[in-house]
Amino acid sequence: MASVRQNTAQDKNAGNTMREEPAGRPVRSRLISGPGVLLVWLYGVMVVGAVSRSAYQIATDFARAPLAYSLSALAGVVYGFITYTLVRGGERARRAALVCCAAELVGVLTVGTWTLVEPSAFPDTTVWSDYGMGYIFIPVLLPLSALYWLRASRKRQPDAS
Amino acid sequence: MLDALTLVTGVAALLLALWCGWAAFRDQPTKDWHFIGMAVVLLLALVQLVIGIVALARGDRPAQGTTIFVAYLLGAFACIPAAGFMSLAERTRWGSVTAAAGGIVLAVLEVRLYDIWGG
Repeated sequence: MASVRQNTAQDKNAGNTMREEPAGRPVRSRLISGPGVLLVWLYGVMVVGAVSRSAYQIATDFARAPLAYSLSALAGVVYGFITYTLVRGGERARRAALVCCAAELVGVLTVGTWTLVEPSAFPDTTVWSDYGMGYIFIPVLLPLSALYWLRASRKRQPDAS
Repeated sequence: MLDALTLVTGVAALLLALWCGWAAFRDQPTKDWHFIGMAVVLLLALVQLVIGIVALARGDRPAQGTTIFVAYLLGAFACIPAAGFMSLAERTRWGSVTAAAGGIVLAVLEVRLYDIWGG
């Protein structure tokens, strides 16, 4: 079952796969097996949450809290990209996801601290306010677990090939 | 009517989360019975979607805005099928964890729906 899915994914991106994978390892490492599937689900939920929320707020009342709404939109874009890299798989995607998760973690910690130190800058909350308390701290827990999972994936790869 | 259904759907989603979490705890993938459970919760979400739209059509207005209300209704409806398909693709305990996470997300959405409708 798993190998069938890998082959179809490979056919679709045959050009890319040949370019970035060394010969003799034609199949991309999967990042969404095991715990990865839970990560994709949670990231998917955050994409829908952050993007739809910021789209609605920017469309209806952007002037009220431009900084907060822009940050929510940025968070949504980052979540979207991480979800895409996780689903795509492969070494380059894994590295890109690592960088983005680190950036996401920095963003959550910065905005979280910022909202606590200077609440007046944020008339409305963002996804990352108070370290993501409004989202049961998923925004701060998710990059930590994703970083752990992506680092563990590198160790698994020699066995997978 | 909507409040009662929101409560029932939320509790059912939490029960589903517990059930799938138990399967994950015992290192098992989701089985047919879990998918039947998901179908029941999905049916509740569907009834909720229909009743919510009928309430809107009859002129009732949610306290925090119609757009947000409809968006959350659709999200609540899509939540369990999305998690279900992912647990179908991942036949390990992690598929069960994902289904359980789907139940928790739906329960959170129900709390938000209650707030959005009631104010």
